[in-house]
Amino acid sequence: MSSNKETFGKTVGFVIAVCLVCAALVSISAVQLKPLQVENKLLDQQTKILEAAGLLSETDGTKASVQATFKKFVEAKMIDLNSGEFIEGDPELFDERRNSRDASKSDKPKNDIAGINRRSHDAVVYLVRNESGKVNTVVLPIIGSGLWDLMYGYVGLESDLNTIRSVVYSDHKETPGLGAEVMNPNWKALWPGKKIYDNNGVAKVNLVKGGAKANDIHGVDALSGATLTSNGVTRTLQFWFGEEGYGPFVTKYRAGGVN
Amino acid sequence: MSSEAKKVLTKPIVDNNPIALQVLGICSALAVTSSMTNALVMTLAVTLVTAFSNLFISIIRNQIPSSVRIIVQMAIIASLVIVVDQVLKAFSYQLSKELSVYIGLIITNCIVMGRAEAFAMKEKPGVSFWDGIGNGLGYGAILIAVAFFRELLGFGTLFGIEILPLIQNGGWYQANGLLVLPFSSFFLIGLIIWAIRQWKPAQVEKD
Repeated sequence: MSSNKETFGKTVGFVIAVCLVCAALVSISAVQLKPLQVENKLLDQQTKILEAAGLLSETDGTKASVQATFKKFVEAKMIDLNSGEFIEGDPELFDERRNSRDASKSDKPKNDIAGINRRSHDAVVYLVRNESGKVNTVVLPIIGSGLWDLMYGYVGLESDLNTIRSVVYSDHKETPGLGAEVMNPNWKALWPGKKIYDNNGVAKVNLVKGGAKANDIHGVDALSGATLTSNGVTRTLQFWFGEEGYGPFVTKYRAGGVN
Repeated sequence: MSSEAKKVLTKPIVDNNPIALQVLGICSALAVTSSMTNALVMTLAVTLVTAFSNLFISIIRNQIPSSVRIIVQMAIIASLVIVVDQVLKAFSYQLSKELSVYIGLIITNCIVMGRAEAFAMKEKPGVSFWDGIGNGLGYGAILIAVAFFRELLGFGTLFGIEILPLIQNGGWYQANGLLVLPFSSFFLIGLIIWAIRQWKPAQVEKD
């Protein structure tokens, strides 16, 4: 080491040179790999939406077939959550995480049971058509606090906007083996056919600690050993299907169906 | 490969293991060992970062002013970690989602910094590179051993393939909930250290 012949100028020059080389290395890799990363993220999202729509089994899991199936059956549309109306806008440019940090594009919910802090004004809904072009599934994104962090997922509904096809989580940080069992296929298999709303239009869907009764049309078994995650899932669903979530959209379109 | 290179490559695996003997890098060893796949990818990432940071630091070791040497080492290590993170996001999105912050935290892994400061600042580039690979493998050996027990007994699977059918999936095996949680690695690493020291009593510290 050259400690005895060090000068201030030499030290500063050396540090600047190292920084420039490192910065160049990092920037080049980030810029070069960006398109692949964006594509991966989109593919992951499309896979989850197809899973929520029950169409994943129609693909062979490869990138090309996921993209083709998504393009053929799924249409993304923007809605205004307060009115429940479809609005103009490019769903591909919509970024919920960015909107919920922007005070002009999001609000604090009055009754924030899902613990999301701010809710974007708009949302993207995915209309899934069958072979004859009729909408038979609607996939709605949901967000809510679990035990450790926000959990992101999708709910697939039949065209009556009341019967659940699936609940699929895409991104969460719950405890492996306990809360992370939301990803377990056996637990996901409990969802199809459950109803969100009771006869008065109140969102009653919930997880039942100790196991749901066989004739319970709103209840699904809670995750054992994960009470706080289970509560989080219940509150997330009740928030998003309540008045401050997709409630207005559902009220508007459940009678006539979505087209 | 010279005999010196061979020595620095194989020694850290058992004789001078960074986790078992030097007790470095424990944080990530607790966090990423819940599955074999995670442990393997983490091993690969740490090995590459340690090897290349050792190589680059060794190349410029005679120019680094000693007053800022730690910061220069950090800048190089941090850049390499970001590159590894970007590559993982581009080519293996699922894994990067699972490993999330732990790839970024390689920057703070004491093994990388320790090898840079203790070895690469004194030795030639070639041998420093092999020393980095060796230490990465030593780290990986413990990680994979811990992950083997945690995934097998905690989830009944290895690399995600079912080995012991779980009761909740209609099998007979009751998963061990303790091994699912990160701190169970403390017990496993402790047992591994004990086993190694039984085998190689020279590693036992004198009181």
